[in-house]
Amino acid sequence: MAELALPKNSVVKAGKHWPAPGGAKAVKSFRIYRYDPEAGGNPRWDTYDVPVDAVGPMVLDALIYIKNTIDPTLAFRRSCREGVCGSCAMNIGGRNTLACTHGWAEVPGKAVQISPLPHMAVVKDLIPDLTIFYAQYASIEPWLHTTPPEPANEWKQSESDREKLDGLYECILCACCSTSCPSYWWNGDRYLGPAALLHAYRWLIDSRDEATGERLDALEDPFKLYRCHTIMNCAQVCPKGLNPAKAIAEVKKMMVDRVI
Amino acid sequence: MTSYRTPRSRAAGLGSAKHGVSTWIAERVTSVALVPLALWAVFAALRVAPMGYEGAVAWLHHPLNLTFSLLFAGLSFYHMGMGMAVIIEDYIHRRSTLVTLLLLNAFVWFGFGVATIVALLKVALATSVGVAL
Ligand code: SF4
Ligand code: SF4
Ligand code: FES
Repeated sequence: MAELALPKNSVVKAGKHWPAPGGAKAVKSFRIYRYDPEAGGNPRWDTYDVPVDAVGPMVLDALIYIKNTIDPTLAFRRSCREGVCGSCAMNIGGRNTLACTHGWAEVPGKAVQISPLPHMAVVKDLIPDLTIFYAQYASIEPWLHTTPPEPANEWKQSESDREKLDGLYECILCACCSTSCPSYWWNGDRYLGPAALLHAYRWLIDSRDEATGERLDALEDPFKLYRCHTIMNCAQVCPKGLNPAKAIAEVKKMMVDRVI
Repeated sequence: MTSYRTPRSRAAGLGSAKHGVSTWIAERVTSVALVPLALWAVFAALRVAPMGYEGAVAWLHHPLNLTFSLLFAGLSFYHMGMGMAVIIEDYIHRRSTLVTLLLLNAFVWFGFGVATIVALLKVALATSVGVAL
């Protein structure tokens, strides 16, 4: 059965309140999900008061400030701090997005609430386990399939064929879309999810690829592809403004094109 | 519980079932067909309601009315069955419950569908109005 309530050991308890260093007056509160598998026990909500004039505008700036000056045990992923690497995806104010491109002042509510990407196993604090997510991406074989694999000179592509990859190649694999998808929540072990399927389409319409049929064969499955019910959460949250739901619809169209 | 299967193997699962597109097409085709049929059914119900028993039986004797009634009933049950199966597959994960509910669903939509069609035919094929076969 789909989980309607959190399992007992995942219920988030009240945690600690960490006042702003130096007793600063103008503060913004950050309510952050904390979980340490080594310490055991349930996850908890810790609240950190961050002095507004000591911190940059983005949620990631605040997280780095908290880690550097208030609580060095807080764990989260980040790298590029400019929306390119996809590491800092998390749930901010109830929405999956990138901490480095989302301003904390834009988050509605008194405190900025931050938790890991939904419905994934948690490694620690804001770090979800994305092992299966990446394996699902690998399973669509995201590379050019040709015989022979190496071209004599180069594989040529017309400008208009190249344009078909726009809106697909920009994906940074942040997992915001897949972890916002109810179908992925309930069947993430069998449904490939919007990110992997967007990439599947990216290779299906690549004019240089020679394995279109095999790729479609590998996707035609009631779970791998057809769990998408066009709920559109994926397109709403993608921080790069991409539309995985549309790519999935195109894959379904290709499936029809080869039978009719 | 530790699993020693590699992530790639877990992601691949049992591989592609290599079916799904025909179900997808059947879902769309039945939805499209049911739009005019449902409108017709509402219209027909309003027409038949004041006719009384004899009138309704005579109405169903008309070949077009019978055809549309059969199509509406058959496709509705078929479409409902497919929708229900999707919901069951989405939310039920324990294998035994999943299979039991899918079976139950198949029996219900098919059984009730056949019963409805038999009922319609029985009335429509009665030799003359008011006489049961
Ligand atoms: S499609 Fe968008 S939300 Fe999904 S992984 Fe790619 S960049 Fe992230
Ligand atoms: S459109 Fe498909 S992939 Fe996107 S959120 Fe909905 S079910 Fe998931
Ligand atoms: S840190 Fe790279 S996307 Fe946010």
